[in-house]
Amino acid sequence: MKICLVVDDSRVVRKVARRILEGLDFEIAEAGDGMEALAFCRAAMPDAILLDWSMPVMDGLEFVRRLRQEPGGEAPVVVFCTSENEPLRIAEALDGGADEYIMKPFDGDIIEAKFVQAGLI
Amino acid sequence: MKPEDLEFVAAMARARTGLMLGSERAFFVESRLSTLARREGLPTVDALVAQLRAAPDEALIRAAVEVLATPETSFFRDRTPFDHLRDEVLPELAARRGRVRVWSAGCSTGQEPYSLAMMVEEHGSRFPNLKLEIVATDLSTRALEKAQSGLYTQFEVQRGLPIRLLIRHFEKAGDNWQASARLRQTVRWGRLNLMNDFSKLGRFDVIFCRNVLSYFDPTARREVLSRLAVALAEDGCLILGAGEAADLPEAFEPARGGAGLHRRNPGYGKAAA
Repeated sequence: MKICLVVDDSRVVRKVARRILEGLDFEIAEAGDGMEALAFCRAAMPDAILLDWSMPVMDGLEFVRRLRQEPGGEAPVVVFCTSENEPLRIAEALDGGADEYIMKPFDGDIIEAKFVQAGLI
Repeated sequence: MKPEDLEFVAAMARARTGLMLGSERAFFVESRLSTLARREGLPTVDALVAQLRAAPDEALIRAAVEVLATPETSFFRDRTPFDHLRDEVLPELAARRGRVRVWSAGCSTGQEPYSLAMMVEEHGSRFPNLKLEIVATDLSTRALEKAQSGLYTQFEVQRGLPIRLLIRHFEKAGDNWQASARLRQTVRWGRLNLMNDFSKLGRFDVIFCRNVLSYFDPTARREVLSRLAVALAEDGCLILGAGEAADLPEAFEPARGGAGLHRRNPGYGKAAA
């Protein structure tokens, strides 16, 4: 079973994402900010990371930049999932090392389609 | 929705477009008609059907048929035919001639022709001399207007469209996203009922006709397919939707690559000529 780390400071969003991704046969781990997520990845790299942008302590962009510097950190497929939807910001996220990008609000169909595109399903 | 109303609407749609709406599609019919009823300022679907029965106004009939004939769609729907086109069909055709004509028959709200245009632009280096002409037609004026505007909601652009293609080929327009002017200009749009003669559109090298014919009754489907065969170049390729390949007329034979791809049968039409 593939492991997906869901990183979002909202517990409600994490819960929604967990339900959708469990339906797609992922095992889910959760983190509330980038720093927690980085600690998780240092212990065991997940297959996929669903990543919010704006979070306390360490935001999503900072996290993905740091992740990509870590040993083995190029491996996880990183999919942003954020209300940030300005093209320039999206480009910044992709330059920072993200593979795909979901603009909130999202639903199960969008997550599934994006994970298929990113080669995760 | 009353069964006799469903029958009445289904008969109307079938006569106009060959579209088949069985009782299993009652929910679909009702939900589409309720959208139309709202748009027309009518209180209910029943009221809409009553009006269609009482005073058969051409514009209203046409609007009703259109909402019933517009399927759900997404960018790069089913993915595989696009990959096969990119890797096999287009390089082959481009090597043979400079100009390749593609027809998106039943283009709905435009995702299919735009996907095609983006794909060719993204992989332009594979076929440097290719001049691609994309013609997109649909029965629904409303679907065509949307297609031509290139405007899609945030939900729509997240169905099938990779994020890198979105930011390269679309611009943000308020809450929506709009296909770039360049992309919009690569497609020629036109309203067309496939039941009518389309020989004036000329010959095509590739014809997409996906998820359109499966809603036609068998006779109409066969008839449209044999005219599509005439519109297809001898070395051309017809692309049907997933699961639509059964019972094709002898004009076509399955092509390598599967996924609804068909070649014109080389023997077809020769005996008659």
